[in-house]
Amino acid sequence: MKLAVWTYEGPPHVGAMRVATAMKGLHFVLHAPQGDTYADLLFTMIERRNHRPPVSYTTFQARDLGSDTAVLFRDAAQAAYDRFQPQALMVGASCTAELIQDDPGGLAEALGLPVPVIPLELPSYQRKENFGADETLLQIVRALARPMARTAHVSCNLVGPTALGFRHRDDITEVTALLEEMGIAVNVVAPYDATPADIARFGAAHFNVLMYPETGESACRWLERNLDQPYTKTVPIGVGATRDFVDEVAQLAGVAPRLDTSRLRLPWYSASVDSTYLTGKRVFVFGDGTHVAAAARIARDEMGFQVVGLGCYNREMARPIRALARDFGVDPLITDDYLEVEARIADLAPEMILGTQMERHIGKRLGIPCAVISAPVHVQDFPARYSPQMGIEGANVIFDTWVHPLVMGLEEHLLHMFREDPEFNDDAGPSHHAHGARPPEAAAQANGSANVIWMDEAERELRKVPFFVRGKARRNTEAFAAERGQAEISVETLYEAKAHYAR
Amino acid sequence: MTIQPKSLSSCAQAPVLKERGQHEVFCGLTAIIWLHRKMPDSFFLVIGSRTCAHLLQSAAGVMIFAEPRFGTAILEETDLAGMADAQQEIDREVERLLSRRTDIRRLFLVGSCPSEVIKLDLSKAAERLNAIHAPQTQVFNFSGSGIETTFTQGEDACLSTLADGLPQDNAHQLIIAGALPDVVQDQMLDLLSAIGLSDVKLLPQRTAQDNIGIGPNTHVTFVQPFLGDTHDTVLRRGAKPIYAPFPFGELGTTAWLKAVAGRFGIDPAVVDRVTEAPRARARKAVAAMREDLAGKRVFLMPDSQLEIPLARFLSRECGAELIEVGTPFLHRSLTEPDLSEIAPGPVIAEGQDVEKQLDRVRAARPDLTVCGLGLANPLEAEGLATKWAIELVFSPIHFYEQAGDLAGLFARPLRRRALLKVAAE
Repeated sequence: MKLAVWTYEGPPHVGAMRVATAMKGLHFVLHAPQGDTYADLLFTMIERRNHRPPVSYTTFQARDLGSDTAVLFRDAAQAAYDRFQPQALMVGASCTAELIQDDPGGLAEALGLPVPVIPLELPSYQRKENFGADETLLQIVRALARPMARTAHVSCNLVGPTALGFRHRDDITEVTALLEEMGIAVNVVAPYDATPADIARFGAAHFNVLMYPETGESACRWLERNLDQPYTKTVPIGVGATRDFVDEVAQLAGVAPRLDTSRLRLPWYSASVDSTYLTGKRVFVFGDGTHVAAAARIARDEMGFQVVGLGCYNREMARPIRALARDFGVDPLITDDYLEVEARIADLAPEMILGTQMERHIGKRLGIPCAVISAPVHVQDFPARYSPQMGIEGANVIFDTWVHPLVMGLEEHLLHMFREDPEFNDDAGPSHHAHGARPPEAAAQANGSANVIWMDEAERELRKVPFFVRGKARRNTEAFAAERGQAEISVETLYEAKAHYAR
Repeated sequence: MTIQPKSLSSCAQAPVLKERGQHEVFCGLTAIIWLHRKMPDSFFLVIGSRTCAHLLQSAAGVMIFAEPRFGTAILEETDLAGMADAQQEIDREVERLLSRRTDIRRLFLVGSCPSEVIKLDLSKAAERLNAIHAPQTQVFNFSGSGIETTFTQGEDACLSTLADGLPQDNAHQLIIAGALPDVVQDQMLDLLSAIGLSDVKLLPQRTAQDNIGIGPNTHVTFVQPFLGDTHDTVLRRGAKPIYAPFPFGELGTTAWLKAVAGRFGIDPAVVDRVTEAPRARARKAVAAMREDLAGKRVFLMPDSQLEIPLARFLSRECGAELIEVGTPFLHRSLTEPDLSEIAPGPVIAEGQDVEKQLDRVRAARPDLTVCGLGLANPLEAEGLATKWAIELVFSPIHFYEQAGDLAGLFARPLRRRALLKVAAE
C-alpha cells in the first residue's frame, strides 16, 4: 500500500478512455462498478467535449457479485453494439473488475459481433494512465493496421494525440502545416478524430510522426517492425527542436528541409532588451518526460533561464530524464508523489516553475509564479484560442505563456527606482495581474534554515531588496553564512554574499 | 403547506419506474469532499485503488489544500497477491499518518470497491487501531464503495457509523442529522433557538469533543433526504425520527420547523410568529426567479437523492412542471412527506438505465434537465438546457435565506440561454 494525496496520472483505463474518446466510430465497453463513470466528466467538463465519451460501463453493484457479473458484461456489450453500431468494439476492465476476473475479451469474442473486438489488458495495480493510453493505441493498431501500398505522394501518420492531452488539438494543426510546407501529406492522425477505418489505412503512409512518446511510442515501434514505417524521434517543441524535427523529417521523407520562419518571433523577443531581465531566472521544470525535456531545452537555450531542477512523474521516462539532468548538472526528481515535488521546490526556491496543474497549486502556496507545460491540466489549459506548443506558433505561445506570470522587464526596473512609491510597492505584484502574487520570500522564509539568525539591521536591509529577488538574496546569504560557519547575518554578511554570488 | 398523511392526489401513491442498467452517478467516496470540511479534526483514509484517488481529486475539481485531510492508501500488486498482509499494511500507513498529522482526532477507514471485493475487513482494522490510538484518535470505518453506495450515500454510511457508536443517553433531546454548510447550519440553529429549542445536537459532530448520546428519549430529524441507513440506525438505537418535508424553500422550511416544534410541544403559532420576516424574504426572493421557472418543464436525472424534495420545491414553490423525477434510491419514510406534496403527473423513477433515460429526455425535450457533470455538456450541445446536480450538493440551499439562491440555481441556465445571441454550433 502506498498513501497518495493527489495523483498525476489516473488508472490505466482512464488512458484507454482518452484514446477511445479521441476517436470516432469506436466504442469501449468497460467492466466497472457504479461510480467509475466519474471519468466521463474529465472529458465533458475539463475539455468541454460536447459528446459523452463513447464508453459503456457495466456499473455492477454488490448484489450482482453474488449472481453473475459475466452475464451483466455480455449484455452490456451486446446492448452497446446494438445501440451505437461502432466500426470496432474495445473491451476492458477497471481496477475492481480486474479482481473478479470475468474475462471481458473472451465474453465479447463469444458474442460473435460482425466487427473487430479489441480486448485490452490494463493492469490497474501496476501501471497508470499514460501506459493505458499507449497500450490501447498499440492494441488498436495491431488489430486494424495491415500492410498496403504506400501513397504515391510522400505521406506520414501523426501518432499520439489523445483526448485530454495538453494542447494536442492545436499541435495537430501546427505539425500538419509544418509537414505541408515540405510537401508531405498527413495520411492519418491517430487516435485524435480517427475512425477504426482510418487506422486500417495506416500502412499507406511512408513514415510516422511520433508526436507524444507517452501515448504513441508502442504503436510506432510496432508499426516500424510490422509495417516497415520508421518514426521520428524529435518532438518539435521549441525553436531548436522544431529545426531538428524538420531535418529529421526531411531525411525520412527524402525531401529538402524547409521551415518558414516568417512568423517566428521567439528568438527576437528573447533578444530584445526588455527580455534582459529574464537572464538567469532560476526555473524548476516538472511534468511528463517529453514536455520536461523540451521545456528544459527552451528554458536554457532560448529564454536564457537557469534550470535549477527538473524531473518527471512518469517512471517510463526516468532514463532519458536522468540523462537530461546530468546534462544540466542538476539532480533529477523522478516521482509521482506530489509532496516530494513540493518539498523539492520549496528547497530550491526557484523564481518560476514550469510544471503541471499540480505545480501551479504548489506555486500558489509558495508564492512562486508557474507556467503550465504538461498534463495533467485543468479547464483553463484548454483555451478557446489557437494555442499550440509545437512548431513555430508553439514557440511564440511558449514565450508569451512563460513570461506572463513574471514581472515585466521595464516594470522590474521601475520597481527598483520607485521602491517607496505606493503604486510600485513590493506587495503590488505584476501590474498586468489582478492580484499581486505573494512574494516568493514567504516560501524561502518558511523553509529557511533555522540555525542562522538574521540581525535586525540585516533583516531591514533585506526588505529593501525587491520582492522578486528577495527570496534568492535570503537563500544565498544564508548559504554563504552557513558555508563560513557564521551563526549571525549582519548587513556586512548580506553584501559580502551579494559580491560572492555576483554574476 | 398542510401535511396530509396520504393524499390520493399526489405522487406518494404513484407507481415507481424501477430501472437497472448503466448508472451515471458518483460512488459514495465523493461525500468525503464535503465531510472532511464539516469535521475539521478528522482524516478520511480510503483503502482503495488509483481510481479512487483519481475520483476524489476529479470530483473535488480544484485542489485547494496542499495536503488535504483525505488520502488513498493505494492497493498494490503485493497486497492482492497476498505477499503483504493488508491488515499490517494498514497499521503501518495509519501509524505513519498519525505521527505526521498529530491534529487528527477522528480517523475514518473508508472501504472501496477493490477493498470490498478482496474482502478486506476494515471493521477489524478499526477495532484494532482504536485499541492502540483511542482516546487520542478514534478510529471508525464505513464503506464508500461504488458497489455499495452512490454519491451521497457515502455521507449516510459515515453518519450511520457515527450514530452506531454514540453512547447511550436517556435525556430528552433533539439530534439533527445531515451535514450542512456552516452558514446554513447557523441559520438553522438560530431558527430553532427562536422557537425555543436551543440545546440541539448535530450529527456529524463538528469535533470529537462534541459528545452526544442517543437513546429512547432522543428525537432525530433529518436535513438531508439521503440518510436512509442513518435513519435505520437511530431507530435501532431507540430514537424517534421526525418526518417532514425537507427544509427547502419557504414552504419546506416552515413545514420542517413545525414538525420539529410539534414533537416538542411548541405551538405552530410560535413558528408562524418567529418566521414571519424570513418567510416574507424567502417568498420575495423566490418570486423574482419564479417568472423564469413557472410553467417550465423539468426533468431530474438520478444523482444525489435530493431529487424528490427539490422536485417538490420546483413544482410547489417555483411553478415548474415536472416530467420525470429520478432518484438513485427511494427511501419511503424519509421522502413520503415531500412526495405527497407533488401533484400526480411526473414519472417517479428509481435506479437508472442511462441510455433509456436519455432517450426519454430527448423525446420530452424538457426546458431544463437536472443531471450529472458527465451528461450536462453533451445535452447542452443537443440544445437542452441543464443544471448540473453536483452544485445542488455543494451549495448552501437549505432554509429560508437560501430559498432564492436555490431557485436561482435552476433559473440561471435558462436566463443565460436567453441572454446569448450567438448560437453554439
